[in-house]
Amino acid sequence: MSSISATQSPSTPVDRPTPVAIPVRAVLPWAFFLGLLALIALYFVGAEQGATSVFSGATLHEFVHDGRHLLGFPCH
Amino acid sequence: MDVVRNLLVRGMLAGLVAGLAALIVASVFGEPQVRDAIALEEASGGHSHGAEPAGAAHAEEEDELVSRGVQSTIGLATGVGVYGVAVGGIFALAFAFVYGRVGQAHARATSGVLGLAAFAAVILVPFLKYPGNPPGVGDGETIGRRTSLWLAMLLLSLAAAGVALIVGRALAPHGAWTAVPAAGLAFVVAAGVAMWAMPGVDEIPAGYSADLLWKFRLASLGVQAALWSTLALVFGALAERLLEPRRAQTPSNALA
Repeated sequence: MSSISATQSPSTPVDRPTPVAIPVRAVLPWAFFLGLLALIALYFVGAEQGATSVFSGATLHEFVHDGRHLLGFPCH
Repeated sequence: MDVVRNLLVRGMLAGLVAGLAALIVASVFGEPQVRDAIALEEASGGHSHGAEPAGAAHAEEEDELVSRGVQSTIGLATGVGVYGVAVGGIFALAFAFVYGRVGQAHARATSGVLGLAAFAAVILVPFLKYPGNPPGVGDGETIGRRTSLWLAMLLLSLAAAGVALIVGRALAPHGAWTAVPAAGLAFVVAAGVAMWAMPGVDEIPAGYSADLLWKFRLASLGVQAALWSTLALVFGALAERLLEPRRAQTPSNALA
């Protein structure tokens, strides 16, 4: 991260620094935990109380019903 | 770590804006189709919102749970909003892996290309094989099978994108005009073979309004196009301000 300013070369014609890749080991923990959290959120919008149910009933299914249809998820 | 966390916040913020754009398209172009489909379903004694003799009790129970007024406004906004934020977060993570690893592409270009590729692989290919349906189309009994098939198609499409990435990287020394079309062709061929091999789903009731189905599916694709294009453009601008501040400013203070 601190290496970004170090890689700037004054001779570069553009006025923006050269892109520097973020180390994979810095991304992985975030990818695991927030990626998982995001997938769980997508599951509840897209499939809960449809193909499979964590909670019984159909209230959540009915609440996000229009979004589920219009976002293209398979829905009843 | 700080850069990734910052990118994630920006991704989710861009996702929220993208969700808003998608909500506008969904409300204006999608809701009339949903309303017409439910009216058609009830007129023909459909399965989930109407008075079907066999499932009448179930249908009435469903109607009472959440009113149509809530479904088409707060429910739609919540669904699309949560979807936008979640997709925005995943998009930021994918960007963090890709950024600085595709030639000399800057943040906005990287975000734009990633958005286009992700839309094709995550939305377009699964949609072409198993398109979304308005209420009243699709047998409730087969939802498990259809969801599994759709998810399998999504994973196969991502695998096809992986094949395209390998082809593109291998041909990169020959220049972008060789590598990019070759990668695109590899994706189309790999995804095409997967679509050909996967079983079809044919559950549209006989005599169903083709016009309504077309309008609904076009609106559905429009909702996703609005979401992904807004996400890629807004996130690109936000990521640029974080990763590539102009020389006039002090570049290091954004990451400090």
